[in-house]
Amino acid sequence: MSAGALRLADVRIEIGGRELIPPLTLAIEPGECVTVMGPSGCGKSTLLAYIAGTIEPAFRASGGVAIGARDITRLPPEARRIGIQFQDDLLFPHLSVGGNLAFALPAGVRDRGARRQRIEAALAEAELAGFADRDPATLSGGQRARVALMRTLLAEPQALLLDEPFNKLDAQLRNDFRRFVFAHAEQWGLPTLLVTHDANDAQAAGGRVIGLARP
Amino acid sequence: MPVRALAAILVALAVPFAAAAQDFKWSGIVVKAKGQTVNFNAWAGDETTNAFIRWVGEEVGKRYGVKVNHVKLKDTAEAVTRVVAEKAAGRHQDGTVDLVWINGPNFLAMKQQALLFGPFTQLLPNHARVDTTNIRSNVIDFTVPVDGMESPWRRAQIVFVYDGKRVREVPRSVPELLAWAKGHPGRLTHPSIRNFLGSTFLKQALYELAPDAAVLQRPATDDNFAAVTAPMWAWYDELRPHLWRQGRQLPENGPAQRQLLNDGEIDMMISFNPAEAAVAIHAGLLPDSVRTFVFARGTIGNTSFVAIPYNAANKEGAMVVADFLLDPATQAHAQDFRQMGNFSVLDFGKLSAAERKRFDNLPKSPALPTNAELGTTLLEPHPTWMTRIANEWEKRYTK
Amino acid sequence: MGEAVHEVTVDRRGLLSWMPALTVGAFMLPIGAGLIGTLLPAFGYLPAIGGSEFGLDPWRRLFAYPGFATSVTVTLVTGVVTALLAVGIAFGFCAWAHDWRWFRRIGAWLAPILSTPHSAIAIGFAFLVAPSGWIARALSPWLTGWVLPPDIATVHDPRGLALVFGLLLKEVPYLVLMIVGALQQVPARQHLAIAHALGYSRAAAWIKVILPQIYPQIRLPVYAVIAFSLSVVDVALILGPSNPPPLAVLAVRWFTDADIQFYFPAAAAATLLLVLVIAVIAGWFALERVAMTTGRRWIARGGRRGVVAAGARAAAFGFGGLFVLSVLAIVGMGVWSFATEWRFPDAWPPALSLANWMRRLDGLAHPAWITFVVGVLATAIALALVLSCLENESRGRRRTGTGALWLLYVPLLVPQVAFLFGGQVLLVRANFDGTIVAVVWAHLIFVLPYLFLSLADPWRAFDPRYARTAASLGASPARVFWRIKLPILLRPVLIASAVAFAVSVGQYLATVFAGNGRVATLTTDAVTLAAGADRRVIGAYALAQAIFPLVAYIGAAVLPALLYARRRAIAGVS
Repeated sequence: MSAGALRLADVRIEIGGRELIPPLTLAIEPGECVTVMGPSGCGKSTLLAYIAGTIEPAFRASGGVAIGARDITRLPPEARRIGIQFQDDLLFPHLSVGGNLAFALPAGVRDRGARRQRIEAALAEAELAGFADRDPATLSGGQRARVALMRTLLAEPQALLLDEPFNKLDAQLRNDFRRFVFAHAEQWGLPTLLVTHDANDAQAAGGRVIGLARP
Repeated sequence: MPVRALAAILVALAVPFAAAAQDFKWSGIVVKAKGQTVNFNAWAGDETTNAFIRWVGEEVGKRYGVKVNHVKLKDTAEAVTRVVAEKAAGRHQDGTVDLVWINGPNFLAMKQQALLFGPFTQLLPNHARVDTTNIRSNVIDFTVPVDGMESPWRRAQIVFVYDGKRVREVPRSVPELLAWAKGHPGRLTHPSIRNFLGSTFLKQALYELAPDAAVLQRPATDDNFAAVTAPMWAWYDELRPHLWRQGRQLPENGPAQRQLLNDGEIDMMISFNPAEAAVAIHAGLLPDSVRTFVFARGTIGNTSFVAIPYNAANKEGAMVVADFLLDPATQAHAQDFRQMGNFSVLDFGKLSAAERKRFDNLPKSPALPTNAELGTTLLEPHPTWMTRIANEWEKRYTK
Repeated sequence: MGEAVHEVTVDRRGLLSWMPALTVGAFMLPIGAGLIGTLLPAFGYLPAIGGSEFGLDPWRRLFAYPGFATSVTVTLVTGVVTALLAVGIAFGFCAWAHDWRWFRRIGAWLAPILSTPHSAIAIGFAFLVAPSGWIARALSPWLTGWVLPPDIATVHDPRGLALVFGLLLKEVPYLVLMIVGALQQVPARQHLAIAHALGYSRAAAWIKVILPQIYPQIRLPVYAVIAFSLSVVDVALILGPSNPPPLAVLAVRWFTDADIQFYFPAAAAATLLLVLVIAVIAGWFALERVAMTTGRRWIARGGRRGVVAAGARAAAFGFGGLFVLSVLAIVGMGVWSFATEWRFPDAWPPALSLANWMRRLDGLAHPAWITFVVGVLATAIALALVLSCLENESRGRRRTGTGALWLLYVPLLVPQVAFLFGGQVLLVRANFDGTIVAVVWAHLIFVLPYLFLSLADPWRAFDPRYARTAASLGASPARVFWRIKLPILLRPVLIASAVAFAVSVGQYLATVFAGNGRVATLTTDAVTLAAGADRRVIGAYALAQAIFPLVAYIGAAVLPALLYARRRAIAGVS
């Protein structure tokens, strides 16, 4: 199932001659979750954008990114197969819950019945069976967050990036959703990189923690 | 000078052939015309005329397979400008103006600049029935010989339309008009001098006030203009303060002036269509109390023509339309005040009994003057008078 | 492992990267060429009609025109007074109205007026205020004692007062809409709350705290209002003085004169108009500087209420008056189109019927169809260009600078007569005049900027993380554009298209020149008829002119609501 470790080789990012991310070399094994901790504005999210391939041209970034043996440094974002989860669920407002999931499902799955089955299965896993036709705007925050994660997973990523995904949830939901996310990342054998400023997140992730200072 | 060359060729072609050849030629023209779309450039400020042109388009479409596209003009000069611009740009063929409603100064301008196709009227079968003896304006357009370069389609003569409810005694001469205006300040106006009807208002006054009106048939000169027009300007200076808005503001054109009469802002107005009152009552554009009068010594009359620019793309179609306009049935339709109410250019003596009957059967109206009531028709002065009057007016009253 | 590079995100733009140049070229080239085509004859050079040497003769002829001085004065006075009043009323009204709940929905209220072509409103306004017009009829004879209309100059008055009012009817709502847009860029509500807490009255707080923040964004629209008021042709034909007319009308009159030699003074008049517009905008700019320094001192003095509140209230009254007049103007023409007869002093026609419409349908059908086709084509092309530019911008992740914004405003700042005539000469040269394509292109010059200006903000405000999320799910940029961005932004896209369509419908001079008089739209026909035809006919045309864009607006508002009836977040109803 797993494609291999997510590897960063000597990744550094600067903006306007100011170093944001010092040279970083890191390997995240399948099923492992590494946390990057740091105050806001330290460049954590920029690091994720670099890995996902969506970094702004204003930044000067260098270093290699690979999954297993596959070098993805120069690939466009849509070819990298890296899932990303933001603090907002970012469900597409014009599509139904099922439509959001179908958007993520690879086009290789052609049979309509099979597609619907995969979507229903994903919804069931998120304890949202029968929600396919619902308008995302009618779901609760926790439900939306779970749909967003299922959407990310349905695209069959080979690594997972988490950009403070628990930030906007209240305390109870946050615990539930943390468990939900980490359980799935482990189950799917995904190398996972979490950035956060909340020590509780790091603790829940249970893996290595890398601290970033304000530059 | 391809225009001249073209004209020369046409004349050369036209002269030797007799009437028999003409029928043959005409049928050839009709065949060629089929499928053409004629861009008919015509002043569009009057909706009844627009409707008539639409009707013409439908009829020639049915009869000859010729389409008419009414290019709506605010001023006929726009079409002249267009042909001039095309000539300047070197477009000597496939011009975009096929037929233009024209007369007077615009005709003179186009004729002088060799912008016209023709002579062509001798090719039109219906042209033989045009009245060329009694209606002199059919052959002399503002003193300029027509020479077959434009084809007549309707006749115009100056009349005054007044509201019979408010006006009891009508003035019958130019000085009486001044007296009436003094007695009824703000109740008379005339269209802008840039509009032909506006300058005609002054020309009509000039006819009666000039020491010798015969001089008007020759071009105005630097030497005689001031002397000939002096009494007219004196008259106008006296009249102007008694006009609507003290003469400082003028309606843009005839229909705008008619709207003022309808709105009750004025009591009488000048018009070029003897049937104006009857037409407007019928169309609901004027109250049914309006009537018509003319001056005792006669009023200026002229003829409206259509002409074909030298570079027109669809000359055959244009000729078909020009001929259709002269068809007795068309002329009778046009003279019906429920349609357009324009007096015919045809010689009734040249019509068959059946054709004449069409005219006799037209509806009557108390607002419609008889031919006798219309009195004498005065010939239009040379266009230079109009141009100079307009310029002089602008100099005197544009401040 | 890969070489370290900073351009890891490859340039994804491809052909798209040419679109900004193409778009700017689409309207800058004709304007530039047109300006040259006007400037040369202004100095005597137009070999085609015999002007082969440079000289000042066109200017001598222009200055020799008997009403020249009056014409320039009327142009300047009406233009400057309109701009001052429009800015004063718009700002005063916003200051007064800002805290009202309905102010947030003011855009929807103004849409019908903004979408109606200027000429249609002017035509209706002319009937409203004429001495024999609707207002006089409603008050006569019971109040005024007038059995016949009084001999007072209202419409076409020599001083141009009717023209000023006619311009205000549309310019004020336009500025208000621009202000509302700018307000969304600043934390107005919070700042006003702070100012209120410090004891400032509503209007004073707005003028002293909010106005200085938003003015930089209103500056270009204000300049556009100045340029438009100085150089308008259609409204001036309908409402303005005619002997002598304002400079723009004089130029058009001469351009279309039978005597071709009038091209030269016409070109000189158009050039002079350009100079006047530049001079007035420069003067306004200087005034802004002065106002800034004195304004700062005024704000520092700390006055809490005073004249500001009264001024704002007066402006609000003015705004309300203009709004009512606009609505009455359109309604009046609507009533006329159904009237059989309607004479002074009847406040209402004796009978209404459909007969007039039935009779006019034939004549209306063709120009209506042309209006529709030209509007749809111009809008579609402009939309494609603008979307390409915006997409290029977001893929290149580069924002267009303020320089580009100035470029967009060029068609709105340069007087139309100054480049349309020169453009027409070129079109005739290319044997291209009078075609639908030429008209569409001419419309594009004005449609593009408006479409860009109304779409750019919502497009740029689109959360880029949606696109990133979609990309991380494996969607190509094209798929992201078609499946995510466009559907989510459907509403702003449709509204911007409706704005563009309305702009196209309202074009008068561009249609006349590019169409060379042969392409008739509802607007060109209406302006031609307004010179004096049957008011019932004018009414039908004016109403048809107003209905077209209105339907587009309603469509833009309703369509997303229908399509997304079950998607609460973007259906547009909360």
